[in-house]
Amino acid sequence: MRVLITLLRKEFLQIFRNRMMLPIIFVVPVIQMVVLVYAASLEMKNIEMVVVDDSHSDASWRLISHFEGSAYFQVKGSLLSFIKAEDMLLSDGADVILHFPADFEEQLINTGATDLQLAVNAINATEAGLINAYCNQVINDYNQQIRSEWFGMDATGRMAQMEISTAYWYNPLLDYKIYMLSGILVIVVTLIGMFLTALNLVREKELGTAEQMNVTPMKKFHFILAKLLPFLLIGLFELTLGLLIGRLLFDLPIRGSLFLLFGMATAFLVVALGIGLLLSTISNTQQQMMFVAFFFFITFILMSGVFTPAESMPEWARKINLVNPLAYFMKAIRMILLKGSSFHDVAREFYSLLVYGTLVLSLAIFNYRKTS
Amino acid sequence: MSVTVEHITKSFGDVRALRDISFSIPEGELFGLIGPDGAGKTTLFRILVTLLLADEGQATVAGYDVKKAYRKIRELMGYMAGRFSLYHDLSVRENLEFYATVFGTTIRENYDFVKDIYSHIEPYEDRLAGRLSGGMKQKLALSCALIHRPKVLILDEPTTGVDAVSRKEFWDMLKKIQREGITVLVSTPYMDEAALCDRVGLIQKGNLLAVSDPSELELSNGTKVFRFGTSGRPYDYLQRIRNLDAQVDAWLFGDEIHVFTGAGVDCGELDRTVQSWDVPDLEWGEATPSVEDYFMQKMREEPE
Repeated sequence: MRVLITLLRKEFLQIFRNRMMLPIIFVVPVIQMVVLVYAASLEMKNIEMVVVDDSHSDASWRLISHFEGSAYFQVKGSLLSFIKAEDMLLSDGADVILHFPADFEEQLINTGATDLQLAVNAINATEAGLINAYCNQVINDYNQQIRSEWFGMDATGRMAQMEISTAYWYNPLLDYKIYMLSGILVIVVTLIGMFLTALNLVREKELGTAEQMNVTPMKKFHFILAKLLPFLLIGLFELTLGLLIGRLLFDLPIRGSLFLLFGMATAFLVVALGIGLLLSTISNTQQQMMFVAFFFFITFILMSGVFTPAESMPEWARKINLVNPLAYFMKAIRMILLKGSSFHDVAREFYSLLVYGTLVLSLAIFNYRKTS
Repeated sequence: MSVTVEHITKSFGDVRALRDISFSIPEGELFGLIGPDGAGKTTLFRILVTLLLADEGQATVAGYDVKKAYRKIRELMGYMAGRFSLYHDLSVRENLEFYATVFGTTIRENYDFVKDIYSHIEPYEDRLAGRLSGGMKQKLALSCALIHRPKVLILDEPTTGVDAVSRKEFWDMLKKIQREGITVLVSTPYMDEAALCDRVGLIQKGNLLAVSDPSELELSNGTKVFRFGTSGRPYDYLQRIRNLDAQVDAWLFGDEIHVFTGAGVDCGELDRTVQSWDVPDLEWGEATPSVEDYFMQKMREEPE
């Protein structure tokens, strides 16, 4: 016990004596939370639209003014030829072309139905989908309006039609920030947990102190434990800091129990620290370790569903996610924070992480023994 | 016997690092393992300090088997690796305190034991170990290796890269430690340090060539060594001596020449020939072979 306390004291002394450590612990989460949340926006504003109006009709002008009135669109003016508009799309001068055929109004009046062309720049598929959705919304509004004017029905429409009213549960205003925040919290905790632990042990290997420790009567288990505990605490501290920033700056909801959240985070950190330790046992230098850790980190993050829902990934990707600790934690943290899920709802994630952590840690300790 | 090594063999892939090494060190002896870089010194030490397992053979340290009773050895042995394994971001005092606790003791308990060495660095107790000079780092590392009063102290090339004054000081410290009854096993690539040991083991390419009192080394095949000194340029005479006889060889040792003669050489004639040359300030005579001479002869005997 006395040895363990001495070891822990030594680790903390070293951590806080490292001049880079305090900035890493305090600045990294703040920057990630504040900058990334705004940068990784899924909201579209200032969609640049160029119009090709071959009909020059009252009906087309009114639709254009609808777009002009929308906060999401910036109508960059009308062009005479579709080819010119295409050039603008090519040179990135516009995101979408709205094309009215010459008989746009004629068809509308005579047959009650007409065609309209939307050409969307789909280099970024997500963006294109959003632009399309926004455009449809504006066009539908307009559609409703002319129906009521021309056919004498009031705008709400008493015509036989199905009206869909959608309620967005858990995030009624579809505020993407809340979704992103929870994801970035996971990134911050992982970054600190996995990298700092791994760096710490590899550094002792490089300096030769790890070997020196091996010829002392000290138990290796104590040595490893003293490496884990400080970073576990720092990881939990990062989570607290992140939650505070989220709460104060972005009004992040914390619907579930904080106790449950921290329990889940502890289980997750054991896995992340274990992976860090395992990597440091198989590498001899900090460079080797950093390279391998980076590979796992990026893969795990992109697969975890931080930006895209993990459930809609292909079957094989979901299989891979079974060994992705971030996927479990990502899901659980969102369920607890946004939905207020209870332990029962996230039990599968919790136990998976627990089993995973035990396995990885045992492997790390075993491997450390073997190599020395 | 404080340390015994019996038929230790170790290979790394195709490289045979140690070939059938056997020797033993009685309690309280200062034993030097001497050999050039890559001779296998560190490998042998890593086996003795329980960091590496031998392919064949047995070894004991402080009476315990390095394989079966490694835990016991770790309590009774002090080890100082070639690179001083100190925590650079801990202070001098913190390093010593840390090592003391790890070995289940305290500074206060064993202070008088390390006092001689530690008192040199005590004025800098609050300085970070990484900011110490090479000599001071060495003293701190030695203090850390001794804080638990080991029975055997094993030092792997402790003087490599240390200046001449610190080296001298360090050997004085080793002598003092030896007087406390501790067995000291030290390795070094510096041949001149051999004379400071009670006994030396000469190791080269994984073979233990000899174990002997450094002043009683005997060259094989009746080879004798003569020293040739001059105030002129010794290099001018090197080839001339070599040309005398097929069995006469000569090597530059600093600013003098060592002449090796095979068994069939008439030393009297050699003597007369050299004396007859017009050499400025000639110093000429038979010498007791040094460790360097010994290695020189071995290298000539088994060329690459």
